[in-house]
Amino acid sequence: MPDLLKLATAGSVDDGKSTLVGRLLYDTKSVLADQMEAVERATQGGGDPDLSLLVDGLRSEREQGITIDVAYRYFATPRRSFVLADTPGHVQYTRNTVTGASTAALAVLLVDARAGIIEQTRRHVAVMGLLRVPRLVLAVNKMDLVDHDENTYWRIAKEFFGLTEALGYAEEDVVAIPLSAKKGDNVVLRSDNTPWYEGPTLLEHLESVPVAGADHSAPLRFPVQYVVRPRTESHPDYRGYAGLIAAGTVRAGDEVMVLPDGQRTRVEGIDTFDGELDAAHDGQSVVLRLADDLGIARGAVIAAPGAPEPVTEFDATLAWLHEKPLKPGARLLLKHGTRTVQALVGAVTHRLDTETLTLDEDPGELAINDMGQVSLTVSEPLPLDDYDVVAATGSFLLVDPQAGDTLGAGLVGRPLVAAALD
Amino acid sequence: MTAAAVETLHTDQLDALESEAIHIMREVAGEFDRPVILFSGGKDSMLLVHLARKAFWPAPIPFPVLHVDTGHNFDEVIAFRDAVVERYGLELEVARVQDYIDDGRLEERADGTRNPLQTTPLLDAIAEHRHDAVFGGGRRDEERARAKERVFSLRNAFGQWEPSRQRPELWNLYNGRHKPAEHVRVFPLSNFTELDVWRYIRREGIELPSIYYAHTREVFSRDGMWLTSGPWFGPRDDEEVVAKTVRYRTVGDGSCTGAVESDASTLDEVLDEVRESRLTERGATRADDRLSEAAMEDRKREGYF
Repeated sequence: MPDLLKLATAGSVDDGKSTLVGRLLYDTKSVLADQMEAVERATQGGGDPDLSLLVDGLRSEREQGITIDVAYRYFATPRRSFVLADTPGHVQYTRNTVTGASTAALAVLLVDARAGIIEQTRRHVAVMGLLRVPRLVLAVNKMDLVDHDENTYWRIAKEFFGLTEALGYAEEDVVAIPLSAKKGDNVVLRSDNTPWYEGPTLLEHLESVPVAGADHSAPLRFPVQYVVRPRTESHPDYRGYAGLIAAGTVRAGDEVMVLPDGQRTRVEGIDTFDGELDAAHDGQSVVLRLADDLGIARGAVIAAPGAPEPVTEFDATLAWLHEKPLKPGARLLLKHGTRTVQALVGAVTHRLDTETLTLDEDPGELAINDMGQVSLTVSEPLPLDDYDVVAATGSFLLVDPQAGDTLGAGLVGRPLVAAALD
Repeated sequence: MTAAAVETLHTDQLDALESEAIHIMREVAGEFDRPVILFSGGKDSMLLVHLARKAFWPAPIPFPVLHVDTGHNFDEVIAFRDAVVERYGLELEVARVQDYIDDGRLEERADGTRNPLQTTPLLDAIAEHRHDAVFGGGRRDEERARAKERVFSLRNAFGQWEPSRQRPELWNLYNGRHKPAEHVRVFPLSNFTELDVWRYIRREGIELPSIYYAHTREVFSRDGMWLTSGPWFGPRDDEEVVAKTVRYRTVGDGSCTGAVESDASTLDEVLDEVRESRLTERGATRADDRLSEAAMEDRKREGYF
């Protein structure tokens, strides 16, 4: 069982997300005495400590009472360690949800039991579904304010399951938990107030949920980061290609192809500081030695034979992250793996309507927080995979060539069109 | 869970953290012209040096190290710094706060603390050497303002961190583009916790300055912390000096870095102590972070680490 769960939380501004995260930290005893003292000092008007103060980091947020940026929290139980990307829910910060979701194996979405599923929830589910976050949890919060009413819970849960089913989630990958972050009901400790609920508490679920392990059987993708050439007395002629295995497994002796040019060669050795390896798999940083000197530089991808032909024109789903809207004809930079190329934006063919989860055709442009479908042309052939096939080499960034800002996140293929409701 | 299973769990986790840190360092080597590692001789910067050795092996570390020297140093740490530089053949750059005080560019503070004075020498050194990427040992678990820090943190020409200009970081695609005179602070240890750091130190056999382990030291109490006696640090007349068995959890400017009472004289004992601790590393030992609720946020905006 994987020992580390990366998860993201998302919720609307009043759903009590900071309180929930604070509660998880507090009840797993991840809050240390000096942090707790600071919270007690800062809690207005005495009374129970305001656990949201544990996580609302920047003064500007505390003044406004909202969280405005992704924050990373770390907690552990004897069973698992957790890295939690705490993403803000306020509507104009949806780009942060995309950021949190990009590395999450599970997402916790919060709703207020009094309000149920709202547009923001739909938007978050759409983001999670689009980025293929493997598992979802709906936290039906503030159950104490609806008298722990079972019918209220089921009404919300069923609506949520309808959404996730439409997005292609299997039943076993989605759960809904009735809880109260403020009172602690069903967060870590089982609540006496919901005797009708037989499922796990939130933490029980996080500790026990099977997380799809890395798929070592995927085809090898190894973006070259850096060429190691020591030219030292001990290693006068050494030449190795350093990188992080993005997908699959590599073994010494494997036949590989080098993209985008497509030359064939063989892996002569897999080196690390701690010694040579027979095999290595995705997630490992290694150095590969190849049988032939092919003049490989940063930006090449060493891949299993049979990788898709590199392309200069392709379709992609974009999450637009910047105030400056995306318009057809824009000239941008595109960062894919370890290679940055120029990109020209063609047509913007679809935009997701997050209220209905249906597609608007020919929207003309994408504004901040929009998700849409575009066609792109790039200046050099890129060894792309469909995001749904190999996420690590099916994802990219769009960058402003002048300001350097990250403008958009891209998924190769048409996942948006596949995810939208008819 | 058996002890062996717990050990495997930690091994996998440390491997993942190590691979991530190495990936970050190689990205910087591949995309920047003049990176530098901030290196104080403390445990986090020692981890950076160790990870850089692993990232570029069998080649030597392809960038220099920079120490911002407050002049209020622990002798053991400076000796250790120099030994590490010698052993790995590193190029050491030093920015000295004392030089700035001597020629009047900076003024000694009334409280004698020099941590806040480091910012100017640091930024001058970055500008002088035209560093475009600066590795720091910051971790997101350290305190609340750091929980939102990016791995690649953009700084303007004044070294300032502007919340609104920080870029979303997706997958492991880092955007290091910057304008002339701007630079990027890079934090390869972002996802390590204090406990991970100590586990990693044990696993890798990383040597640290002796003051991280329990020893007898003359200390006095100020603001609820044990500060060391010494030519710069005090005590004032009303502060009583006592001999205590202590160790340090962080290493910084001597005038504001507190020791904790501890008998942990080996790595295993330190690990046990960290595991049991009920205080954060900074809350326990850094007077400067206690100054105000938003102390770190303010200093980061000013261009501090």
